[in-house]
Amino acid sequence: MAKAILQLGELTCPSCLTKIQKGVENQDGVSNVKVLFNAGKVRADFDEDKTSADQISNVITDLGYEVKKVKVKESK
Amino acid sequence: MNKLNIWIQKHQNKMTASIAILIAVSLIAKFLLKLPTLSTVAMIVASIIGAIPVALHAISALQNKVISIELLVTIAVVGAFIIGEYEESAVVTFLFLFGNFLEQKTLEKTRSSVKSLTKMAPTTAELVNEDGTTEEVDVDDLDEGDHVVVKPGGQIPVDGKIIDGTGYMNEASITGESTPVEKSIGDNVFAGSITDNGTITIETTSVGEDTTFGKIIELVEEAQDSQSPAARFIDKFATYYTPAVLIIGILVWAITQNFPLAITVLVLGCPGALVIGAPVSNVAGIGNGAKNGILMKGGNAVNTFSHVDTLVLDKTGTLTTGKMSVTDVTNFGKNKNEMMALLSAVENTSDHPLGQAIVKYTHDLGVTDDVKLPELDTVKGQGLVGQSDEFKILVGNERLMKANNVQITKEQRKAINARMNDGDSVVLMALDQELRLVVGVNDQLRPDAREGLQALKDAGLKRIVMLTGDNKVAAQRVAERLPIDEVHAELLPEDKVEFVKKFKEQGSTVAFVGDGINDSPSLATANIGIGMGTGTDVAIETSDIILVKSSFDALAHAYKLSKKTVANTKENIIIAVGTVALLLLGLIVGVIHMGSGMFVHELSILVVIFNAMRLIQNKSSKLDSNQVLKTAN
Repeated sequence: MAKAILQLGELTCPSCLTKIQKGVENQDGVSNVKVLFNAGKVRADFDEDKTSADQISNVITDLGYEVKKVKVKESK
Repeated sequence: MNKLNIWIQKHQNKMTASIAILIAVSLIAKFLLKLPTLSTVAMIVASIIGAIPVALHAISALQNKVISIELLVTIAVVGAFIIGEYEESAVVTFLFLFGNFLEQKTLEKTRSSVKSLTKMAPTTAELVNEDGTTEEVDVDDLDEGDHVVVKPGGQIPVDGKIIDGTGYMNEASITGESTPVEKSIGDNVFAGSITDNGTITIETTSVGEDTTFGKIIELVEEAQDSQSPAARFIDKFATYYTPAVLIIGILVWAITQNFPLAITVLVLGCPGALVIGAPVSNVAGIGNGAKNGILMKGGNAVNTFSHVDTLVLDKTGTLTTGKMSVTDVTNFGKNKNEMMALLSAVENTSDHPLGQAIVKYTHDLGVTDDVKLPELDTVKGQGLVGQSDEFKILVGNERLMKANNVQITKEQRKAINARMNDGDSVVLMALDQELRLVVGVNDQLRPDAREGLQALKDAGLKRIVMLTGDNKVAAQRVAERLPIDEVHAELLPEDKVEFVKKFKEQGSTVAFVGDGINDSPSLATANIGIGMGTGTDVAIETSDIILVKSSFDALAHAYKLSKKTVANTKENIIIAVGTVALLLLGLIVGVIHMGSGMFVHELSILVVIFNAMRLIQNKSSKLDSNQVLKTAN
């Protein structure tokens, strides 16, 4: 398992939050999704065998939100 | 489609501006140039440009089974377009988009306090390679055990241990204390602090979000999102409210067959200010706290803290600094510095906390204590005795003096009593059977404790209780000088929890203030646990509110801020509900149309955001100067 932290552009509508949350959660191998509305961040744990941080980033981009920075932390 | 989505998002502001221009052109064409066709065409183009981004948002929300405000607006605009109300459709989309733009700008403001905090987080570090060369790397690329070098004026990029060099660190971002502290080999340093001078090499222990500073940021970011009960209620309400408006719109159409009326209902029913009103107050309030070194864990903590009526304090380390220091020295010898040097030299041989305080005091005075001493013997429970051919020295309490038949004059007795009355521990020094020094040592009260507690009472706190493990006399003496209502002394940590439980059972809402080291059970049991002045993980985890600075000013500010934030939330809900009610009334009376309804809506959104922004400017220093005036009168 690894943890991805994505910095998005400014989020303004609370419904964006629901959209991103559901979109990312529906990915296979992704768990513990947390969308921080005010900080404009997404945190999620993912299984490296099933998906990647880039893939999560693509999902968010596909929903129409800009991803500014992707960070990955390997958990030990 | 997705590319279009992102393109539109990036250029939404430009699109809004072009709609504004088109509307202006259309109005000029209509009223000045008398060109009705051009006017209509401009409005049609404006409507289409405006409707696209709104509709796209609505569709992607629908794909996630969310009925959004955008959907209401889209249906209304498309409806207006179909019945040929191009002016209405253009104005509504413009107002909606322009409102979004203003909302975004003002929201940025309410988030600015936390943004400024995250900006302080280090981004790059100077990594020392194995061959001794250095290179600049991103902090995210660092690992535990890496060595990094920090030059004077530089920012510490990681949490770690100094392995080479010495420097003065400004740790204000972690401890709130802006006086630089000297750190050298073996000392821990924190990411986010600044070296005032000296180059140091650090061995990394944690990086990025795992550092203390990273955790503080994470906490505040999550706190801003965690909603107050009011906000949660509104949120739930809104998820049913928006579809309900859609249904009402359809019903109105079905019953009255009045299509324009139905689409107007959709616009007027938008829950704009309602959705944003409550959370925005929290964001601003919590942001203000973060800026002032007060970390509040979310809307729930703010809400509960505002209802607290009983404050329970630990004495040592909370009301007092927890550090022994010399309060007063009375000298009965000839040369005070000589006497102090002698006393300090004796105390330097012991590791008793009282002795340590005296040594520090002497060193701070600039007195050197390299005095030649005779062999010293410890007399248990009394002090130290030393005798050489030249002199006999006694350092200790009164019992030691009595045991050695040292006479105490009336004047000396007065000095000793004065110290004892202040609750000090007294250290005496006698030289050749004559008492020379009377030194008072005490655990110092925090300088702003009295003002801070008074400010809390003025803000509506009913009862302040002090709990301590100390003896009754010492506890009473501290309490007498403070606006404290109840004192319970000689307690064990588990007794403190019992008191907190008892107060809760009596129906009080209890806040417990402690340093988080041995108070964790009480912090967790109280309705609100307030960790004071410690960046320890335990305190961060068990507390609901963390005061970065050990200051009662901050505590009083936090209390007032929580009350203001809750009041602000209520105001915003009233504004939002009031707006919808007024609009409906306006609709019934017939003075409100789609365009003007949208205008009022967007206005109400701005009003609630501006109302919340008042919380950002709420500075603690301002409150305190009022406070000083009040207590002085």
